[in-house]
Amino acid sequence: MAAGLPLSIGHAIAGALAALILGTLAAVAWVAGGLSGLTEWDLRAVWFTLWQAALSATLSAALAVPVARALARRRFRGRGLLVTLLGAPFILPVIVAVLGLIAIFGRNGALNGALEAVGLPAIGIYGWQGVILAHVFFNLPLSVRLILQGWQAIPAERFRLAASLDFAPRDIARHLERPMLRGVLPGVWLAVFLVCLTSFTVALALGGGPRATTVELAIYQAFRFDFDLGRAAALGLVQIAICVGAALLAARIAIPAGFGAGLDAVGGPPAPGGWRRLADAAVIAAAAAFLLAPLISVTLAGLPRLTTLPPEVWQATRRSVLMAVTSALLASGAALALALTIARGGARWVEGAGMLPLIASPLVLGTGLFILLRGTVTPQQMALPVTALINAAMALPFALRALIPAARTLQDDYGRLAASLDLRGWARLRLLVLPRLARPLGFGAGLAAALAMGDLGVITLFAGDNPTLPLMLYQLMNGYRMADAAACALLLMAISLALFWAFDRGGRHGA
Amino acid sequence: MKSILIPALLLATPVIAQDRVLTVYAGDSVTSEWGPGPAIEQGFEAICDCDLQFVTGDVLPRVMMEGAGTQADIVFGLNTDMTARARASGLFAPHGQDTSDLSLPIAWEDEIFLPYNWGETAFVYDSTRLENPPASFAELLEAEDIRIVIQDPRSSVSGLAMLLWVKSVYGDQAGEAWAKLAPKVLTVTRGWSESYGLFTDGEADMVLSYTTSPAYHIAAEEDDTKRAAIFPEGHYFMAELVAQVAGTDQPELAQQFMDWVLTPDFQATIPLANWSLPAKLPQDDWPQVMRDLPRPDTTLFLSEDEAEALRAPALDEWQRAFR
Amino acid sequence: MALEFRDILLRQDDFTLTADLTVPAGRHAVIGASGSGKSTLLALVAGFLAPTQGRLLWEGQDITAMPPGKRPVSILFQHNNLFPHLSVKQNIGMGLRPDLRLNRAQQARVAQVLDQVGLSCLGARRPDALSGGQQSRVALARVLLRARPLLLLDEPFAALGPALKAEMLALLAQIAADTTVLMVTHDPADARAFAPDTLLVEGGRVHPPRPTGPLLDDPPPGLRAYLG
Repeated sequence: MAAGLPLSIGHAIAGALAALILGTLAAVAWVAGGLSGLTEWDLRAVWFTLWQAALSATLSAALAVPVARALARRRFRGRGLLVTLLGAPFILPVIVAVLGLIAIFGRNGALNGALEAVGLPAIGIYGWQGVILAHVFFNLPLSVRLILQGWQAIPAERFRLAASLDFAPRDIARHLERPMLRGVLPGVWLAVFLVCLTSFTVALALGGGPRATTVELAIYQAFRFDFDLGRAAALGLVQIAICVGAALLAARIAIPAGFGAGLDAVGGPPAPGGWRRLADAAVIAAAAAFLLAPLISVTLAGLPRLTTLPPEVWQATRRSVLMAVTSALLASGAALALALTIARGGARWVEGAGMLPLIASPLVLGTGLFILLRGTVTPQQMALPVTALINAAMALPFALRALIPAARTLQDDYGRLAASLDLRGWARLRLLVLPRLARPLGFGAGLAAALAMGDLGVITLFAGDNPTLPLMLYQLMNGYRMADAAACALLLMAISLALFWAFDRGGRHGA
Repeated sequence: MKSILIPALLLATPVIAQDRVLTVYAGDSVTSEWGPGPAIEQGFEAICDCDLQFVTGDVLPRVMMEGAGTQADIVFGLNTDMTARARASGLFAPHGQDTSDLSLPIAWEDEIFLPYNWGETAFVYDSTRLENPPASFAELLEAEDIRIVIQDPRSSVSGLAMLLWVKSVYGDQAGEAWAKLAPKVLTVTRGWSESYGLFTDGEADMVLSYTTSPAYHIAAEEDDTKRAAIFPEGHYFMAELVAQVAGTDQPELAQQFMDWVLTPDFQATIPLANWSLPAKLPQDDWPQVMRDLPRPDTTLFLSEDEAEALRAPALDEWQRAFR
Repeated sequence: MALEFRDILLRQDDFTLTADLTVPAGRHAVIGASGSGKSTLLALVAGFLAPTQGRLLWEGQDITAMPPGKRPVSILFQHNNLFPHLSVKQNIGMGLRPDLRLNRAQQARVAQVLDQVGLSCLGARRPDALSGGQQSRVALARVLLRARPLLLLDEPFAALGPALKAEMLALLAQIAADTTVLMVTHDPADARAFAPDTLLVEGGRVHPPRPTGPLLDDPPPGLRAYLG
């Protein structure tokens, strides 16, 4: 009864993904002639990876609760814009975010300046504190979004019932909000935990040396400095094992799916007055300051030299945008095919394959591809396609998370109607699937574009003579041109946000 | 006759140019618009009647992975301290240059790897922020309230040089030296550029960099407040190296390139494009800004075998200090 | 013009539907308690579910393996009979060509049936801008346009008020004069008014059609309990 075409495409993509992720790991291990043993320091890296991810996830989820509650029960001018802006850190290129965080939380940053002025001790962001601060910065918006959706999913009738029973805010919390949080929080925690597990560049940039070495960083060192491919492959396996463990945990906990859902549903919980009003205002202001101040400081630092950036930067910009858009189309296309297959009750491994990139090491992926493609094409030719492909793969799980629920709803609501009207193939895609899934598709494409835009070029094996914008930023820094680098960071931030906005907006418009 | 020859020449020229391609693997900092790459490409193409093509990326891992099948004719930008493994691969051929009168502070007898620039590790500070910089390594170890940024020896060549620097100065006491240094280390970054960015942002008082770093600020920004602290214990030598690939399909071109590296034509571009010192150029021919830089009295350098033997234990020592 | 169920057995998890009967041309109600298998029966005829064994014939032709869109069948569901992102005209046009590449004559046909169901000036609207009754009319217009000989109704008018429902049944009787209809309903009055014969579905078993009046006047015990 299902149309044959997209079904087989979905299976083919799932198979290709699994082959890509596991095949590259195998290729690295094969060239190394097997796996090497791990050192004491590698085990420390495993331990650090686990606890920093756990702490980051706990902090992100805990801090997100009051913010989400305040946003859920308050209505004010600019709320929609604020909610949108608060989402920005999640799609910010890591290097840009780190520059912004240092400008605010650094030793010489705005916050410590203010603390010093009032005679308070300074706070430090280097080492593991920095890694965790950055992870909270990236993932707090994600957590707030997911929890806010939980709040909005509580039916308005229940709040009305509570009002008619004269519930005080603490009664509402006990009978309505806490049960919701118990349902939502484990999934939020797990989602952030998984993201932080494979985080690589944060630890690279804010580092702190042996105390803050993650597994992905250890892979980088094994590969790049010790040229120990066997250890790199072994660490890659360890990383996958950790993530599979987390995923098994995830099988018991449902990860909330509504990444891409709208946030402006009417209704919501009642807005209590008194001190709670002030507290909510303070919470919203603090979250906005935490999440937006780094963005503002990047903007201020970059503006002076923006117009005088050398022409090479603009060439790199064009190249990066092209690559990011390609990535976005690849990711959303693949996610669509997978989601449709899954929604039709495709085998469970299809969904698993779609989630695989979340646990893969981009470095192992890049190196494996290099090994596999060696001899057939020159790496320079493959630089941009491979970067686009890897970034598309990395963004796929997020796009898929947003798409699967929508695709299921589509199948449940209109699958039979479409079948009975003989709506199949391209006509079905054009007249039913694309219009109905435009929103999550646009969201997923935007996310992929932003992630690809900020890619640091971990696959420098492929680097040709055509640097991308983030690589250009590093070249400027390497040439001592820090002011130009700041302008480049602003450009990178602006384009990443603009690409996300354009795709997301396009999706909403199309819906 | 003429009318036959001219079209033939027109046809032949591009073919010849395409035949003679010299493929040079080089690091990202070399080929960038703000590195020495563009000057090198232009300079060599002017004399070789060939097309010099840079291939950017992680040079050594890539060559090692490609092995004998590599497309590289020249590998440009290798580092001292990393030559042992490169040499062991057997991929490289002798450079054939006379290295007896180089302008290096140390004797150079390596027959495979040829230095084209050099410098020494040093801590750079801002004299407006740090009025009394430590006058020696010993003072740095004892200094209070100084925050430094360094690079990770597991991911950065300057970080590895620092490891060997401390080992050269403190020998068996290197572990204790690191233990004293560790509390002053604000953070350890992956590479030099992140560290230097933190320093120019005012996050750190001193940054692990090179004795030549102040030259950039003086020459390009007319800022003479950035200085390298010169320590009597000595500074660790670092050079960037070039080597030709034994299995090159362009042996003549590759040799021509190696012959060209030490000529004044090439060497004169190094100081202001690479912000380092030329490997073979009389001091009188250096740019004024480089001649004016304070020079350390002692230059430290470990032989390849010493460095390779010390690398793992020194790294372990370092990791323990930061545990 | 008959629909034949030949020794059909459909197993779904722990539910089983059996049917071995012939449904002659005409209008038929399908009555039975919740969970007895009414909707499963319709899904089987529409082609959404395949029987585990047995064959389904229409006018003597085996349609057991025919895809839903190719069957001589139109179906109206309880909900979601219209695509919310398409206009009224597009929704109706799908009855002629699912890819909506309509030629002039086909567009004229769409306009004609719109007129027939009394919605001629609403063709450009989206379904969410219509009342419940108007939405039902649009769905009926599409049925009219498709002109399939067999129509399945899975309680499409259940959410309408009594007056509107009567209006829709009247409209249906008018446009489906020559059509064989299977109508699932919970309301005995609808069955009496619309369908001369009724198929009783009981615990997964489909009984052959019986005249509606006598069946409802003297229902078997199971049906009696259900009707109250």
